[in-house]
Amino acid sequence: MTSISASHAFVRTEILPEQAPPMAQAGVLKWLRENLFSSWFNAILTFISLYVIYWILSHVTGWVFFGIWDAGSLNECREFRDARYDEGARVACWSVLTDRWHQLMFGFYPPEHYWRPILAFAVFGGAIAPVLFDAVPRRMLYVTAAAPFLCYWLLWGGGTIWGPVAVAAGFALPFLVARFGEGVFGSLGVTVMAIIVPILYWLFLAGPMAGALGAVLPIRITSIESNDFGGFMLAFIIGITGIFLSLPLGILLALGRQSDLFIINKFSILFIEVIRGVPLIVWLFTASILLNYFLPPGTNFDLMLRVIIMVTLFAAAYMAEVVRGGLAALPRGQYEGADSLGLDYWQSMRLIILPQALKISIPGIVNTFIALFKDTTLVVFIGLFDPIGLSNAIRATTDWNGIYWELFIFIGLCFFVCCFSMSKYSQYLERKLRRDHR
Amino acid sequence: MAEATTNPAEERTIDRSQMTVSDEVAIAIRGMNKWYGTFHVLRDINLTVNRGERIVVCGPSGSGKSTLIRCINALEEHQQGSITVDGTLLSNDLKNIDKIRSEVGMVFQHFNLFPHLSILENCTLAPIWVRKIPRKEAEETAMYFLEKVKIPEQALKYPGQLSGGQQQRVAIARSLCMRPRIMLFDEPTSALDPEMIKEVLDTMIQLAEEGMTMICVTHEMGFARQVANRVIFMDQGQVVEQNEPEAFFNAPRSDRTKLFLSQILGH
Ligand SMILES: Nc1ncnc2c1ncn2[C@@H]1O[C@H](COP(=O)(O)OP(=O)(O)OP(=O)(O)O)[C@@H](O)[C@H]1O
Ligand SMILES: [Mg+2]
Repeated sequence: MTSISASHAFVRTEILPEQAPPMAQAGVLKWLRENLFSSWFNAILTFISLYVIYWILSHVTGWVFFGIWDAGSLNECREFRDARYDEGARVACWSVLTDRWHQLMFGFYPPEHYWRPILAFAVFGGAIAPVLFDAVPRRMLYVTAAAPFLCYWLLWGGGTIWGPVAVAAGFALPFLVARFGEGVFGSLGVTVMAIIVPILYWLFLAGPMAGALGAVLPIRITSIESNDFGGFMLAFIIGITGIFLSLPLGILLALGRQSDLFIINKFSILFIEVIRGVPLIVWLFTASILLNYFLPPGTNFDLMLRVIIMVTLFAAAYMAEVVRGGLAALPRGQYEGADSLGLDYWQSMRLIILPQALKISIPGIVNTFIALFKDTTLVVFIGLFDPIGLSNAIRATTDWNGIYWELFIFIGLCFFVCCFSMSKYSQYLERKLRRDHR
Repeated sequence: MAEATTNPAEERTIDRSQMTVSDEVAIAIRGMNKWYGTFHVLRDINLTVNRGERIVVCGPSGSGKSTLIRCINALEEHQQGSITVDGTLLSNDLKNIDKIRSEVGMVFQHFNLFPHLSILENCTLAPIWVRKIPRKEAEETAMYFLEKVKIPEQALKYPGQLSGGQQQRVAIARSLCMRPRIMLFDEPTSALDPEMIKEVLDTMIQLAEEGMTMICVTHEMGFARQVANRVIFMDQGQVVEQNEPEAFFNAPRSDRTKLFLSQILGH
C-alpha cells in the first residue's frame, strides 16, 4: 500500500493558468475557414466577391470622400475640382447639400420661422417617446395627448394658441359624458351623446371660447401657407400623420369587417376593397383635382390636408387587412374566454383580442408604415414639393442645373435611415413582447 | 380503465356536510332547441338545476353536450325555448347576457387562459373591468383563490410557463374570482395527462364540497359517482336518461345508455 501511494498519489500544488484556445479553433481564423473557405467552390466565390467589393469601393470611395463641400454652384464645383485634383476627376459635388439643405429640409418655409418646425419635431419626439419605450415616465403621455394640437399650431400658425386648445378640449367631452352620463342617458344613449356633444361643442362653443381667451391672452404666431411647406418636413408631416391615423382607423375597419352588424360589415368591406383596389396616385389626383368639382365653389380645402386624408385612408385599408390577419390567427377560445368572463365587446377587444392580434401583426403593420412613408414621395406628381419635387426645383435653377446623384443619394439615405429605424424598432418590440408572453 | 388512478375521490372521503341541494332554481331550461344551419343539434331540452346541485353530463362525441352548456352562458345562441339563469331570462339583450356571464363561471377543455397576461392579471382582469373592484382588492381575491387551487407561487408567471394541470387550475381560479354562483365545466380534464387530471379533479371536488352549483361535461365516471347528485346522458341532441349516479351506473334503463356505459367502463 505504501508503495502505491508513493508512486500514484498526486497533489496539485499550483493552479494552471487559463489559456486561450488554439488559433485554428477559435476567433477570426476559425470563422474565416468555416464561412469563407470551407470548400474550393466556396473559396472561389469568396475571391470573386472580394474583387467585386474592391472594384465598387475603388470607384465610389474616392468619389464620395474627395467630394467638394464648399462651392456655390455646379460650375464652381467643377472649377474647384480641376484646381484641386486632376482635370475631369470623378468627385462628388456635395456642395448642393450645404447650399440648399434648408430647402431640402423645409421647402419654402420662411427661414426666420425655421424654429417652428424644429420645435414641432422636438415636441413630436417627446410625444412618441412614452409610446415607444416603457422606460419613459408615464406622465409624458400628457405631452402625447397635447402634441397633435401644439404641432399643428406651431407649423401652420395663424390665430392664437387658444384655437387648438379649444379644439383639443372637445376630445375630453366623450370621456366626461361616459363618466357621468350613464345614469342619465342609458348605455346606448351615452354612446350617441358621446358623439353629439363634442360636435355641438366644436360647432358652436369652441370658436367663441377661443376668441374670448385670445382677447385676454393673445399668444399669436404668423400664419404660414401649406404651399410653402416642402422637403423632408412635408414628407414627415404627411408620413407621421398618416401613420398615426391609419393604425386606429385600420383597426376599426378590421373589426368592422369581422362584425356581425350588416351595415358596418358591408361598409368596411366596400371601403377596404375600393380604396385598396385603386392606385394611390389615382387617389392623389382625385384629391388634388376632382374634389374641387364636388366641393361647393369658393371653399378652400387645403391641398395638403386632402393629401393627408387620402394617404391615411389608403394606408388604413392595407392596415385593416394586416390586422384582420392577426385577428384571424387568434384561437376562438380567446374570444370565448373573454366572453365567458362577462367582458363586453370593447373590453374584450381592448384587453384580450387586440393586444394579441396586434402583436402578431407587427411585421405587417410596420411594413405598411414603411410603404406609406416612402409613398409620400408620390405627392410630387400633384405639385407638392416633397424631397423629390425639391430636387427637381433645385435642378431647375441655373446654379445647380445638371446635378443628380448627390441629391438622390442624400434623399435615399434619409429615407433609408427612417425606414430602417422603424424596422429596427419593430424587431425590438417583437423581442420585448415575446419575452413577456413566452 | 384508468379510473382507479385518476379518481382522487377514492383516496379521500368527501365532506358532504355542505353539499345540500336547495329548492331554489338556479337554471331552468324549457323546450330549448338549437340548430346549426339546418342541423338540429339540441332537441327539446328540458332541464331544471337547483342551487347546490352537481350535475355530470355525459354521452358520445357529437351528442351536443358542449353545445348545451355553452347555451347556458350564451356562447351559443338557441333558437327556440327559454333559458333562465338565476332568474334572468336569456334574451338578445346584451345587458342580460353580460349579467349572466358574469354570474356563471366557465372552464374550457383547452383552458383559454390569456397568454399575454400573467396568471395574476388573468385572475384580476374581469373583476376589475366587469365588477369594477379596485385593483388591490381584486389581487387579494385572486391570491386567495390561487392559494385555494394550490398554485399561489405561480402568480407572476405567464400561462405558457405552466403545465396543463396548473393552467386548468388557474382557469378555475380565474372563474372563481368573479364569485360565480354557478360553474360550468366542459371536459376540463380531457386535454390532460393522468397525474394532472387528479389535481384538477381534486380542485373540482373541493368546490363541490363547498356547495357550488356545478354542471360538468366529463367522462370521469369516478368523479360522477362520488360527487354528482345527478347524471345526465345525452345522445343525438337529446337528454336520453337522467338519474342519481348509483342508479344510473348500476341500473341504466335505456339501451343507448347501456351501450355507452359498457363502452366507457368496459375495457
Ligand atoms: N359551429 C358549429 N357549426 C356546425 N356544427 C357544429 C358546430 N359546433 C358543433 N357542431 C356539431 O354539433 C354537434 C354537437 O357538438 P358538441 O360540440 O356539442 O358535441 P359534444 O357532445 O360536446 O362532443 P364531444 O364529446 O366530442 O366534445 C356535433 O355533431 C358537431 O359536429
Ligand atoms: Mg364537447
